[in-house]
Amino acid sequence: MHSDLVISQSDRRPMYLQIMEQIKQRVAVGEWARGEEIPSIRQLAVALRVSVITVKRAYLELEREGVIVTQHGKGSIVASDPDLSPRLYDQELAEHLEQVVRLGILLGLTPEELTSRLRAAMDRLIASRLTKERL
Amino acid sequence: MKDLSVHFAGVSKKYPHFALENINLELPTGSIMGFIGANGAGKSTTIRILMGLVHQDQGAVHVLGHAMPAEQVAAKLDIGFVSEDMRLYKSATIAWHMEFIRSIYPRWDQSYAESLLQRFDLKPQQKVKGLSHGQRVKAALLLALARRPRLLVLDEPTTGLDPVARHEVLGELMAVLADEERTILFSSHNTQDVEQISDQITFIDRGRIIDSDDKEIFLDRWRRLRLVLPPEATLPWLSGIVQISGSDRLPVLTTNSFESAMVSACHDMGATVQAVDSMTLEEIFVASVQGGRERQTV
Repeated sequence: MHSDLVISQSDRRPMYLQIMEQIKQRVAVGEWARGEEIPSIRQLAVALRVSVITVKRAYLELEREGVIVTQHGKGSIVASDPDLSPRLYDQELAEHLEQVVRLGILLGLTPEELTSRLRAAMDRLIASRLTKERL
Repeated sequence: MKDLSVHFAGVSKKYPHFALENINLELPTGSIMGFIGANGAGKSTTIRILMGLVHQDQGAVHVLGHAMPAEQVAAKLDIGFVSEDMRLYKSATIAWHMEFIRSIYPRWDQSYAESLLQRFDLKPQQKVKGLSHGQRVKAALLLALARRPRLLVLDEPTTGLDPVARHEVLGELMAVLADEERTILFSSHNTQDVEQISDQITFIDRGRIIDSDDKEIFLDRWRRLRLVLPPEATLPWLSGIVQISGSDRLPVLTTNSFESAMVSACHDMGATVQAVDSMTLEEIFVASVQGGRERQTV
């Protein structure tokens, strides 16, 4: 399979996280179909010019999350797990929430202030949805 | 037992003004090791001992299963070595050099050599004296690669290359690793190249190995913690902190053995953890060299 992942040098996140994220996106949009064989660790490492150990780590974590399945001696395939997409969103939510908390701490907000800000944002969004639906 | 292509055990070498002390190195077959050190740290001396060009005073060196320097002739058949001070014949062409190497090494792969000529954008009829630095490095690398050695030893292969040539060279090095039986050791002071393609990372400074580990473990161990301390509070003492910078109220801790318990320990002592930053290999290298030198002077 042709791998067209692009690793960014200016992205401060570790390379294995970038690889994981891009594989998840490929799976989420269906470019890498469920049950389909994906490049071997070495193949992907060579294609991306990234060390084998980095790709190996990304594959291990993806396997732990149930995105891919590695069969010993046979290579890896995309998992057939139907819960895949909700879990991806779930993780994205967790990451965004962490970011929210980080910013809250930077601004010196108390946990109560932060929750009320979150509630206010929810109210605003739901209110604007309702207005749109009425129109 | 792990299959090691390079194994140094307690290797020492003394010169009047410089000494390599107790060098231990393990490079598993099928991986790339980036060997990082400042100028004069001992990279080239270590590589020369590996090649049997310099004999160690103490310790054992095994390369591809051969004891060095005693069995260097057998070992060298399977080692490709490229270093900055390696000279090609100025008035001969690249094609002449290819023919010369081919006559010595039976495993020379002519079709691979020709495809490398193309990918490196080299013309076989060009004479060495007319080549740019980058072309010369690529020509030397081609001559080493096309022998299909089991171990490639490269002393500063990307130093002084323009971005395009660097990209080509790193790409070819990765292509070598597509074969699980081949191993690369390369020295560099360009930490970005090392961070990108290495499986193993070794830091050397003042003739000693100051750290050596899997790259992923390496990058995971090092973190920078940005704290906010309440007024009058003193910084909590934590093990594994190699450097403290920043101001009194806003200290920045650098650790080489990060674990999440550290964050809660900071919280427990009244500090707010603003951020836990991962570090680039360059930052890690500088912090370990400085940390190591401070310990030496204390």
